[in-house]
Amino acid sequence: MTTEAVQLSERRLGKFGDKYFAGRPQQVLLRNWISFKSSAWIAVVSGFLEPVLYLLSFGYGIGELVGSIATPGGEISYAAYIAPGLLATSAMNGAMLDSTWNVFFKLNESRLYNAMLATSLGPLDVALGEIAWALMRGGIYATAFTVIVAALGLVTTWWALLAIPAAIIVAFGFASFGMAITSYMKSHHQMNFFYIFLLPMFLFSGAFYPLTVFPGWGQAIIKALPLRQGIELVTRAMSGEFGIHILVNISYFMVMICVGLFFTTKRLNALFMK
Amino acid sequence: MSEPLIHARGLTKTYGDFVAVDGIDFDVAKGESFGFLGPNGAGKSSTMRIIGATSVRTSGTLTILGKDPEVNGPQIRAHLGVVPQQDNLDVELTVSENIFIYGRYFGLSSSFINKKIPELLEFAQLEEKKDVKVQALSGGMKRRLTIARSLVSEPDILMLDEPTTGLDPQARHILWDRLFRLKEQGVTLLITTHYMDEAEQLCDRLIVMDKGKIMAENSPAQLIKDYSTKEVLEVRFGSDRNQEMVEVLRPLAERIEVLPDRILLYAEDGEQLLESIAAKGIHPNTSLVRRSSLEDVFLRLTGRTLVE
Amino acid sequence: MSNSIRKVSSFGTLHVAEARIRNMAKWAFIILFAAVINPTLYLVSIGIGVGSLIDANNGVEGVSYLTFLAPALLASAAIQGSSDEVIFPTMAGFKWERTFFGMRSTPLTARQISLGIFLAAMVRTIVSVVIYWIVLYLFGALESDTAWLAMPAALFAGAAMAAVMLALAAKIEKEDFFFTIVGRFIMIPMFLFSGTFYPLSQMPVFLQFFGWISPLWHATELGRYLTYDYPLPGIQIFIHIAVLATMMLVGLFLSARVFDNRLEK
Ligand SMILES: Nc1ncnc2c1ncn2[C@@H]1O[C@H](COP(=O)(O)OP(=O)(O)OP(=O)(O)O)[C@@H](O)[C@H]1O
Ligand SMILES: [Mg+2]
Repeated sequence: MTTEAVQLSERRLGKFGDKYFAGRPQQVLLRNWISFKSSAWIAVVSGFLEPVLYLLSFGYGIGELVGSIATPGGEISYAAYIAPGLLATSAMNGAMLDSTWNVFFKLNESRLYNAMLATSLGPLDVALGEIAWALMRGGIYATAFTVIVAALGLVTTWWALLAIPAAIIVAFGFASFGMAITSYMKSHHQMNFFYIFLLPMFLFSGAFYPLTVFPGWGQAIIKALPLRQGIELVTRAMSGEFGIHILVNISYFMVMICVGLFFTTKRLNALFMK
Repeated sequence: MSEPLIHARGLTKTYGDFVAVDGIDFDVAKGESFGFLGPNGAGKSSTMRIIGATSVRTSGTLTILGKDPEVNGPQIRAHLGVVPQQDNLDVELTVSENIFIYGRYFGLSSSFINKKIPELLEFAQLEEKKDVKVQALSGGMKRRLTIARSLVSEPDILMLDEPTTGLDPQARHILWDRLFRLKEQGVTLLITTHYMDEAEQLCDRLIVMDKGKIMAENSPAQLIKDYSTKEVLEVRFGSDRNQEMVEVLRPLAERIEVLPDRILLYAEDGEQLLESIAAKGIHPNTSLVRRSSLEDVFLRLTGRTLVE
Repeated sequence: MSNSIRKVSSFGTLHVAEARIRNMAKWAFIILFAAVINPTLYLVSIGIGVGSLIDANNGVEGVSYLTFLAPALLASAAIQGSSDEVIFPTMAGFKWERTFFGMRSTPLTARQISLGIFLAAMVRTIVSVVIYWIVLYLFGALESDTAWLAMPAALFAGAAMAAVMLALAAKIEKEDFFFTIVGRFIMIPMFLFSGTFYPLSQMPVFLQFFGWISPLWHATELGRYLTYDYPLPGIQIFIHIAVLATMMLVGLFLSARVFDNRLEK
């Protein structure tokens, strides 16, 4: 008997990753879309609110106490100063949530991935589909945030639109890394370790103040952290003053994405096939 | 006979130090209906997951349609319809969305699936619930949907892990009937169950598993013939006296099994045995003569009852 | 009511609280660890990082930014801790593990269950607040002799918020997005717009309204009055206390009712 399903899967034999990949990650996206359409979308849509609230509260409230900030590009308002950091941070948080807790939940609690993998989908379809969904969501949040930042008059150049792809790169880096680490997690208690790492990174990566308040060695450590790299990347993209340094930030994330995807793929069996 | 559809040798699965499936061998032929019978923790579901190419075996060889699930997982799964022991429906979606997206996972076209949906809803008797979120279904309804969903890709191997748990007697019989028809169409069935009647009804051949090992393998009728007598006499004396009666009864029956609440006496003719007991002046509180079943086979093989 | 029944009824609350606290004790290490690490991180990062920008500018209310921020962070930690500690057990009790239904089949009343959960959350909050206060003290963020009174003030805010969240968590039957909604629409806005990081008067008037209904703002005002020479007229002190007390009593009253309704069903 050769059914449609069988023909389709046979057609992929000998092609890239036929062991793990059916070439259909878009079906995982479709599933998320169907689920999203009928869900309490207010909870999803409002996801971009958090950085906006921080921007309003800190930018204008603390901004009044701080005055303007001197940057290489000249004096800017405190709100304009923190906007890219908030965008990078929310890209990180969203990506981490999607690639760690949500993956863990769908794997162990709702067993959604069990159902997907009982079909002719491969683990790589699932991983790519989930990452793509997270990035699309992150991209939409980033766009909303950037539009608000622009509407508040905090950007001065059309280059600021580049903040959107920059935020997506940041999200991609964290999502692929998060998934790789999740593949090593055995219980949901271990998942809390992410947060022990994420909170200090958020507080010290200089989203709210220049790193110069720290001693030199402290700055060096912080600059090696992914969130700091993300903040620099988004800041440079949003201001339109990239310089050669933006290549360092981008390379950092390319490495992070590749390493993350490498380990995720390597551990796919461990991740999805207990 | 041509090459078997499923071919396993020394199939082993360990979780850490624990051996869940312990080097089992079996073959399943095309169009056959093959059963796994065994108590909780025997390793039935673990074996099913390995065959379903969703769990990696620790050692041994396994081919399905001549392919190794570790190498050709997606290709093998394209042939399978899987009903896991625990429903893994997409609780965020409605009944028909569940069938739809499941078909999409196989890469089937929307038009194909949409033609299929009414048929499967009818199969699951869920026409009225088609736009209801799965969360709001009863346990039995979810079970029926899981079974219907597994058929969307028109699989030629259907794997059912305790398909009828949670179904009411009517739904069970309807399901048996449908499975029978699928079998007639040439679908190979793999079934695990705790229910003797189900195994006897549905399986051409079955293996009895315990603690990861195969205890016996044959058709249900042959297993009963090999491991039990034709009839069984069940007697009860009340929990205090059961034990002291055992020694008195032992010489009278071919074989005797003592359960906490009753004594099973194996004989070709149960009524005759009962009479000979009465002739000795022994009068149990209750007595019952029945045909031997797979339950007795299991008791013989493992010294334990299947349903505790 | 006779005296002995009264005794039994108050013990019931204690039994529920005791069960909760025993459960928390399993997580004692994590709770204590978080209680120490959280304030330290926030103080170093916001207090010193952002503080250095503000102090270099014109400062705020004539004190260091750290001093200004300290009582607000203290109250905020109390509110966060006490809310978590009522929301999760309530969700578990009604929905995930349904333990409340088990308790209800003993002589415990619905009101005792709700009060017991509340009481246990307060015990945990006391621990967090004391630790937080010590960290603040070590950072030199507390200036006045009455600074220790900032602890009961923060605890009071925690109690007011916990009472309200207890009623809310018990009322919600579908928890799907409850945590997201609570976080996004209640906790974060409260944290950001309650005069925590700058005087409430700096916000546009329509936003100040948010501060007035926020237990965090009321506790922060009291805390500032107690930890440095922040001028606060007696009538305002009275209003802050009255608002917090009202929230707590109304919250507890509503919780008892909601618990009663759900457990009698
Ligand atoms: N993911 C896992 N991790 C660790 N141990 C497991 C895992 N899955 C199964 N086991 C263990 O393997 C053994 C066999 O489990 P399995 O689910 O295959 O049994 P079963 O025969 O299907 O039993 P039941 O009739 O209860 O469904 C059990 O002892 C179980 O505890
Ligand atoms: Mg099983």
